[in-house]
Amino acid sequence: MHLGRVVGTVVTTVKSQGLDGVKMLIVQPLDKHEQDSGSPVVAADAVAMAGPGELVYYVASREAAEALEERFVPVDHAIVGLVDEVTLVEDNR
Amino acid sequence: MKIAQVVGTVVSPISHSFFEGQRLLLCDLVDPDGSSRGSLIAVDVVDAGVGERVLICDEGTSARQIFGIDTGPIRSVIIGIIDEIA
Repeated sequence: MHLGRVVGTVVTTVKSQGLDGVKMLIVQPLDKHEQDSGSPVVAADAVAMAGPGELVYYVASREAAEALEERFVPVDHAIVGLVDEVTLVEDNR
Repeated sequence: MKIAQVVGTVVSPISHSFFEGQRLLLCDLVDPDGSSRGSLIAVDVVDAGVGERVLICDEGTSARQIFGIDTGPIRSVIIGIIDEIA
């Protein structure tokens, strides 16, 4: 699973079967310092509570499809949790 | 499996029902020589602590097998604590 921040929403009226009512959000992947890492992706919101600006964690590939109520829908990224706090302990080697 | 170093904890009060009660740790993927290769969040089933080197299984079907479930949005699981890499 990966850390990310919701940076936008995507509205789609016409979409594949099984995706009705599923919110699509733009997620910027983050590194452990919560800095941008890579290109944003569009993720289905499996917790139905995420919104712009929020820190989340998400899954990709088949696990993303498993996150939604209807299984095996065509999604490749899904938000599975909101993150309240990341405690990073550095230089512990 | 992947070698990683636990670098932090993640608190998530609202999540998919699978993750309720699970312990999430922020891990740095590392080469055997210790150099970093990015990070990920993994579920801990072996009581690993911050600072420890661990073994992560990063594959969905194996992860679901660990939890004894057929479905679930789980992929990365800490399955061992590394004592030594020779």
